[in-house]
Amino acid sequence: MFRFTRTSIEPQALRAQLGDPACGGYAAFEGWVRDSHEGVRVRHLEYEAFEALAVREGERIIAEAIARFGVAHAACVHRIGDLAVGELAVWVGVSAPHRHEAFLACRYIIDEVKQRVPIWKKEHYLSGDSGWVNCERCAAPAAHAHRRAPA
Amino acid sequence: MDPILPGRPAPPPLYGLVLAGGRSTRMRRDKAALAYQGRTQLERAMALLAPHVVRAFVSVRAGQGSDAVRARFAQIPDAHENIGPIAGLLAAQAQHPGAAWLVLACDLPLLDEATLAHLLRARAPARMATAYRSSHDGLPEPLCAIYEPRSREPLAAYVAAGKQCPRKFLLGADTLLLDEPNPRALDNVNTPEEYGSAMATLTAQGSTGRHITVQYYALLREQAGRREEVLVTAARTARELYTELAARYPFSLAPEVLRVAINAEFGDWSTPLADGDAVVFIPPVAGG
Repeated sequence: MFRFTRTSIEPQALRAQLGDPACGGYAAFEGWVRDSHEGVRVRHLEYEAFEALAVREGERIIAEAIARFGVAHAACVHRIGDLAVGELAVWVGVSAPHRHEAFLACRYIIDEVKQRVPIWKKEHYLSGDSGWVNCERCAAPAAHAHRRAPA
Repeated sequence: MDPILPGRPAPPPLYGLVLAGGRSTRMRRDKAALAYQGRTQLERAMALLAPHVVRAFVSVRAGQGSDAVRARFAQIPDAHENIGPIAGLLAAQAQHPGAAWLVLACDLPLLDEATLAHLLRARAPARMATAYRSSHDGLPEPLCAIYEPRSREPLAAYVAAGKQCPRKFLLGADTLLLDEPNPRALDNVNTPEEYGSAMATLTAQGSTGRHITVQYYALLREQAGRREEVLVTAARTARELYTELAARYPFSLAPEVLRVAINAEFGDWSTPLADGDAVVFIPPVAGG
């Protein structure tokens, strides 16, 4: 299961959905909103997703994790909208007969989600600036040409 | 039939006015008589307007009323000379003060049904006017706009004060401004070169043009200034479409760092686009 939510993520309720008498291990990952990014103080974050494709790609990642590591159940919930520092942005949970596969599958899911799912994060800094993470330093050459050379 | 809503008066009836009283100086030929795909521009404008209005008129200058292009339509002659297109609207409002006027210039060959329909849907009868914001300079487009009866007296006072610019009138008036669904729809044609370019665009749309829905997210949404638009484009692939859009919007992201989705599935930059496809350009992602 992969889905988005616009309200706070409740890990306890999500964890209960992965319960299974055949499982002896449960691993989870929680991604929290941190108060800084590369040394710059962050006030809050804004997440946006292309939901139609993001849910499809997220479901593919979950299916891959189950097939690859042989875990019993796996799920991921991602928050979108405005988030304050300390809030839960993403949750991944995996249950499996043994802990080893649960850890591996959990790690696989969060790593793939971060790389493949069309979700974007805009950071709003204490300074009042803001920026789309991973987008501000890959401008086209034409855009660079308009910038002033460093002093 | 629409239900009658208590307490909400019906909006003023909508009349149509095509402005064809210009002097076409730069074109060196009567713009109303220019032909596109077998019809004069005046005929095209009147045909676009007619289904949406109670009555439709052509605005003419003194002495133009009997020429072959204009004579077949109901006319409203200008009462003022040498003050430009605002004279046509002024005369129409004086003749039918209780009507709202959907005004169209007759030099907009790329004006499409979608652009007109969007304006009509968004019409705000409680404001003075409803108009598009130019995709070129952000200013109001006065010659594809709806003027409510409330604008009549302020407009007359504006002209009486010696002013003539309808764009500045809209800027100073209580105008609802809309984004254009098709940014080229209101490109006007003033010179023989622009006429040639418009004909080429219409030919391209007719033979190879596709309706493509583009949705924008994150940085691209901010740079395009919109979430979604429907384009008629001659672009054959997503790569050509991005090049076309990058010429129109201040996109900072090179295509090399983007992925493309077609119909909500990851796609290829070189896959041929089909009519009706929905395209999303995907900036570098940052989930988690």
